[in-house]
Amino acid sequence: MDILNALVTLLNFVVIPAAAYGAQLALGALGVTLIYGILRFSNFAHGDTMAFGTAICILLVWALQAAGIGIAPLPTALLALPAAIALTALLMVATDRAVYRFYRRQRSAPIIMVMASVGVMFMMNGLTRLLIGVNEIRFDDGARFVVSVAEFRAWTGLSEGLALRQSQVITLVVTALACWALFWFLNRTRSGKAMRAYSDNEDLALLSGIDPDRVVRITWIIAAALVTTAGVLYGLDKSFRAFNYFQILLPIFAAAIVGGLGNPLGAVAGGFIVAFSEVAVTYPWRKIAGYLLPDWQPAGLLQLLSTEYKFAVSFVILIVVLLFRPTGLFRGKSF
Amino acid sequence: MNQPYLSATGMRGGYGKADILNDCTITVEKGQIAVIVGPNGAGKSTAMKAVFGMLPLREGRVTLAGEDITALSPQDRVGKGMGFVPQTNNIFPSMTVQENLEMGAFTRQDDFRETLQQVYDLFPAVAMKRRQRAGELSGGQRQQVAVGRALMTRPSLLMLDEPTAGVSPIVMDELFDRIIEIARTGISILMVEQNARQALEIADIGYVLVQGANRFTDSGAALLADPEVRRTFLGG
Amino acid sequence: MSGNRQQDASSIWRAPLLFAVLAALFVLEGTVRNSMFSGSWNSSLAILNMGLISAVMALGVNMQWGYGGLFNAGVVGFIAIGGLAPVLISTQPVPGAWEAGTPRLILALLAAAGTLALASIAWKRLTRPWNALALVAVLILGFVLYRNIFDPAVAAIEANNSAAAGNIGGLGLPVLLSWPVGAIFAAAAAWCVGKVALGLRSDYLAIATLGIGEIIVAVARNEEWLARGVKNVTGIPRPVPYEINLQQDPDFVARAAEWGLSAANASGIWVKLCYAGLFALVLLALIGLSQLALKSPWGRMMRAIRDNETAAAAMGKDVTRRHLQIFIIGSAVIGLAGAMMITLDGLMAPAGYAPLRYTFLIWVMVIVGGSGNNWGAVLGAILIWFLWIKAEAWGPALMGLVTAFLPAGGLRSHLIESAPHMRFLAMGVVLLLVLRFAPRGLVPER
Repeated sequence: MDILNALVTLLNFVVIPAAAYGAQLALGALGVTLIYGILRFSNFAHGDTMAFGTAICILLVWALQAAGIGIAPLPTALLALPAAIALTALLMVATDRAVYRFYRRQRSAPIIMVMASVGVMFMMNGLTRLLIGVNEIRFDDGARFVVSVAEFRAWTGLSEGLALRQSQVITLVVTALACWALFWFLNRTRSGKAMRAYSDNEDLALLSGIDPDRVVRITWIIAAALVTTAGVLYGLDKSFRAFNYFQILLPIFAAAIVGGLGNPLGAVAGGFIVAFSEVAVTYPWRKIAGYLLPDWQPAGLLQLLSTEYKFAVSFVILIVVLLFRPTGLFRGKSF
Repeated sequence: MNQPYLSATGMRGGYGKADILNDCTITVEKGQIAVIVGPNGAGKSTAMKAVFGMLPLREGRVTLAGEDITALSPQDRVGKGMGFVPQTNNIFPSMTVQENLEMGAFTRQDDFRETLQQVYDLFPAVAMKRRQRAGELSGGQRQQVAVGRALMTRPSLLMLDEPTAGVSPIVMDELFDRIIEIARTGISILMVEQNARQALEIADIGYVLVQGANRFTDSGAALLADPEVRRTFLGG
Repeated sequence: MSGNRQQDASSIWRAPLLFAVLAALFVLEGTVRNSMFSGSWNSSLAILNMGLISAVMALGVNMQWGYGGLFNAGVVGFIAIGGLAPVLISTQPVPGAWEAGTPRLILALLAAAGTLALASIAWKRLTRPWNALALVAVLILGFVLYRNIFDPAVAAIEANNSAAAGNIGGLGLPVLLSWPVGAIFAAAAAWCVGKVALGLRSDYLAIATLGIGEIIVAVARNEEWLARGVKNVTGIPRPVPYEINLQQDPDFVARAAEWGLSAANASGIWVKLCYAGLFALVLLALIGLSQLALKSPWGRMMRAIRDNETAAAAMGKDVTRRHLQIFIIGSAVIGLAGAMMITLDGLMAPAGYAPLRYTFLIWVMVIVGGSGNNWGAVLGAILIWFLWIKAEAWGPALMGLVTAFLPAGGLRSHLIESAPHMRFLAMGVVLLLVLRFAPRGLVPER
């Protein structure tokens, strides 16, 4: 029984939250890695674009709610998501035309593109602030739990409870669908293959008659879809605060680098690696240890690092990868 | 029309201010194998790039099948029937062999399965590995994929920039055999080669370039027999 | 076309003219009272002081970017770590803190450092696969040891008079001494990041510095034993007189009256002038030193490396090592500025370290001013800082004008309310425009 209790605690506090968080990071890292693969720079505006896409979605949710349209028990945000993606994609494609295309044609150094993305980051940040302000916003109007602690206890008779929030289930399902769609697109369609070809060998892709502007446009649209979805899921799961989306940039970069920049499969794996490490390192293991080793009474919480330092975990993972395997676990295109 | 199939005449141009090509002329007949040889820095690859439109020309004219293509971009020249195999970075390493060939046919709107089968028939070794990533193949097989990719547009002129660089002699012989086979189907071949002697053996016409200008032009066999060419460029 | 514009731009009159315009802005802020300027010398000098500190920060970033081509995305962290120095060096010791556990704390930190050093040695000296095992074993044992010493020590220190102190306190030394110490702190942090991330792709340094920046700020916010975290440390000593003392000094009051100023007003202005003089001195010294360094063989080599890394590497220059040097020096300058800022504020408030303000705004300053040119960086810093402060006031006024045609309603009031946020948008636009149309900035490198 104690082992079951320990298992349930582990699921409840580590596995489920980390899986949902990992899915959100994976979507974010996929965006970073695609942009890196095609445009060859690390997009610092990614976090703030995520915030912008989410802000658009929230505005649409409010409009829908005012009109009395909803898809209860699911959150209205899912209904608003496609339109939010379309608007974000429009903005990102326009940004590319106005900003990045120039440097691409000049064949500027990647670091100049990074610098330009800092300018875009400022703009996205300002736009988000103008649109929706800096306060915390909750917009999850769906049912709260798929399985609640009380229900779970009543079913199983265990002393530990298990809660499965709807936002977590939605996160995992939507992420699985998004990844499936992305990999299907990249591996099975002409445009997807053209993207991979362009990422692999730009000159040869041009020689083969692949239209670079089209590839770049598709990349931004896909990145917009991924980034908005990631942002909305993260916002549903936690809550919306523009600044949090800047902070999530570091774990997203870490995930993309761990998986190997430019490698989509690696980005997904990297997202989960970073999320599970972060949760595992900042979770107080005392309760689980108590079930497994009833005789041992540890003095502390058995928490390796307090939650304020959770992004230090991303940083350490990043450093370890850079030290020992700069191309990432799945060998991206690092040089 | 008494013009050769490919005719690049009086080419002059370079990357910066200094010209690398000085009145260089290259022509290839239908189904012929033409080989450009010469010492290092003679502008062999540059001449080929100029034919393909990767180098801005200050003087000279390039025609293909009688049509003036001097002003066209490389991509447009591919549309006119040129196929180009760069010396390095000539495959998509993370894509499968099959996908590499599909990318070669990217501009084709029709059904290219027949061409795909022809390429596999020509290179049975890579046909066996069609699901494998091209980056994982051996050097010789990569070159075969690269040539196959260029063949997917069904070019009438195939240009190869040092196709045997860095491969073993056995692989080189095999690759030359394939090139002869390709030429027999009526495709013209223009090739830059370091291994001058072996390349001239299969050449219908050979160009010896020195400092961006034609020094000797003759059939491959005649160049091999020419004592001066032998002494200066083939090492005796 | 744009090349010509840029060449004209580098005429010798350009920089003095721009500085004159800048000076005029400050004079206007000090003397003219209207919807755009406050007409208060106190306000003008306050902006100038922070502008001078921003200029030092921009100098540091300019060394890294303009001379090394390195993108430091964690400027905020180096500012924060420099800001710890005045707290640790110049505040008064906290009674009881030493007895409570400071020695144990130092021991714990030494244990942590020793663990890392030992792990590094084990990894390098042993052969595979033993090195990996030894590395993991050393790290785990070291961590357990560290936490066992560290946790009780921290608990004891934080329990010591937690309402007013709860930290280890300072050494009570003069505050000016803390400025170089801040530089050393930042340099040490830079060494750690640079060692790992330099020599890899250029964006990796950017990402790694982004990380170290966030971590340093998190440490400053959460480690209460260090500088009381978000409870803030106040009353950091000053290198200049206090206003209240001046106001009680009859000589000063008399002299203020001669100028026709109230004692309160005059004391504020005098203190700010003292700070401005001090900061300007530091700034000029730094510019002088870096100009000297740039003209030396070392500086020529740095520029050669920046302009063509491959060629420099081929000539046998150790590019990574030079990059590490310039990265550390630049970070040290940023850390110095961080210490100066805390001294000016008299307050350590870690909640204020926002990356947008302290990393990316500094970047805007450097790019706008002219990367690679010290005077450009200084000009950009003071100008952008002035605009940043004034934009907060100008934004709503401008928005009021722009939206005047709209009916007074929800949209108009929302737009006016959010107008202060406009400056983020404006900074983004400025950065992008300069990067695109005048990539060498207002005062280009000669």
